[in-house]
Amino acid sequence: MDSQSRTLKMILIAGYAFLYIPLLVIVIFSFNEARLITSWTGFSLKWYRELFSDTVMLRATLTSFQIATIAATIAVILGTLAAVTLVRFPHFRGRTLFIGLAAAPLVMPDIITGLSLLLLFVGLHHLTGWPESRDAVTVTIAHTTLAISYVTAVVQARLVEFDRSLEEAALDLGASPLKVFFSITLPLIAPAIVTGWLFAFALSLDDVVIASFVAGPGATTLPMVIFSSLRFGISPEINALTTILILFLSLSMVIATIIMRKTQRPAS
Amino acid sequence: MKRVFKRAKKTPYDILSQRGHGLIAAIPYLWLIIFFLIPCLFLLKISFSEAVLARPPYTDIFKILPEGLLQIRLNVENYLTLFRDELYQMGVITSFIIASISTLCCLLLGYPMAYTIARSSKKVRSILQLLVILPFWTSFLIRVYAWMTLLSPTGIINGILLRMHVITEPLALVQTPFAVCLGIVYVYLPFMVLPLCMSITKIDAELLDAAYDLGCRPLKTFFTITLPLSFSGMIAGSVLVFIPSIGEYVIPELLGGSETLTIGRIVWNEFFINMSWPVASALAILLILFIVLPISFWQRWKEVKT
Repeated sequence: MDSQSRTLKMILIAGYAFLYIPLLVIVIFSFNEARLITSWTGFSLKWYRELFSDTVMLRATLTSFQIATIAATIAVILGTLAAVTLVRFPHFRGRTLFIGLAAAPLVMPDIITGLSLLLLFVGLHHLTGWPESRDAVTVTIAHTTLAISYVTAVVQARLVEFDRSLEEAALDLGASPLKVFFSITLPLIAPAIVTGWLFAFALSLDDVVIASFVAGPGATTLPMVIFSSLRFGISPEINALTTILILFLSLSMVIATIIMRKTQRPAS
Repeated sequence: MKRVFKRAKKTPYDILSQRGHGLIAAIPYLWLIIFFLIPCLFLLKISFSEAVLARPPYTDIFKILPEGLLQIRLNVENYLTLFRDELYQMGVITSFIIASISTLCCLLLGYPMAYTIARSSKKVRSILQLLVILPFWTSFLIRVYAWMTLLSPTGIINGILLRMHVITEPLALVQTPFAVCLGIVYVYLPFMVLPLCMSITKIDAELLDAAYDLGCRPLKTFFTITLPLSFSGMIAGSVLVFIPSIGEYVIPELLGGSETLTIGRIVWNEFFINMSWPVASALAILLILFIVLPISFWQRWKEVKT
């Protein structure tokens, strides 16, 4: 038993090493002076300086953050509505189709989602003249569609587990259904909504395939810029960018977890 | 009295159902129909059209003739091409092999990890789980890029091996099917570990205690109790890894060579390079029909059954 559990622990450590060492290497070498990653030639911040003077990269970062913020916000609203529909309305016409539609984007490969949405935009343009050109708006729509499913799944899980008698009690005491939703239901599912928003934001900030299909020349997102530079090989500038992104994402992740722990404890 | 009783049974949503109900459901429903279902129908439609040099580069299969009749011309040539041309068959086989091997590797590495995490105390468990999710929150592209830097001929692994004089010239690690599998395992491992963790945690500890009390050895207990009871987690994890990896584009493009031409890369090339939108659509439809739909239906059926 002892040797077995030791072996298991070794595998666990190896697994974590596998997950973290590649990222750690990038972070370390982002401070390397040399262009090549084979050898360490000295500490330098020159790749960070280069990154911050790269206007293409900076503009793409701004575009990506705008798209991610708007897409995540719309997705959270629509996803919450979808989750409420699925959990609280057990019978309505077309429910089966709705369940399918809400879950399907989760299993659809990105390349198909991207292709099909592009065909929709081209077809719509052909028929109605909208969208005039493909730009940040089309990317935002695509990312929202993808993210709705994730938000729905997260909020749905939370709605299922919480005590419904709270809502019923408020209603008996004379609160209107809307008031019940905003003062009872919404605060109780708030942690799930925050998680869903962060998830949607990260999804949007992460996507290269769908954006490549639906973004016109008007909007180049950060992952698209990174992807096209990666096709030409390794670039130390990307190391610097990676370090900043890792710092930003893990920090917000840790903050979100702390918030969730704090809000969840009294409820459970 | 009767009225009060009746009202108490109603939930806010029952009252809403007369007016607000429809509105709440309608907004997300409409969005998903317009931006998910209809695009799939467009995909289907264009897969039956012909490629032409125009904007958009396909023919319309519906045409209203001068006499007021609707003419529908379905072109199955795109599908026939897919079945005839060896390139596409190779693509399907390559994708299938790569996705299967990667899923298996994820399972082999993910299971012991999930098992150890699930068996640790509650506090440690939540930290360990967070550590599995954390890399998932750093950009996907960057995680693929990390392996490019490690595996490339001027990368770290080759650098270390060269300096230690294990090899005399850089190994061709990147641009191989091996690198693609490694990349997929790396990126999708959390998808395997988390569902496994959940299903192993759920197993009743008393069952295991009972088995030990009755003199069952740990290894036998594992194979007769834990493994069968965590089967649903294995399936869920495998589906979560297999589906995205069969349609994966970025990983084979960046880590694979020209011989790892997967379905995802073929769709991309047909679309962006050959400008053959109908063939790309037909391939996408086949992928949905033969892989995405069966797996989701099967999974749903399993869920309903349990």
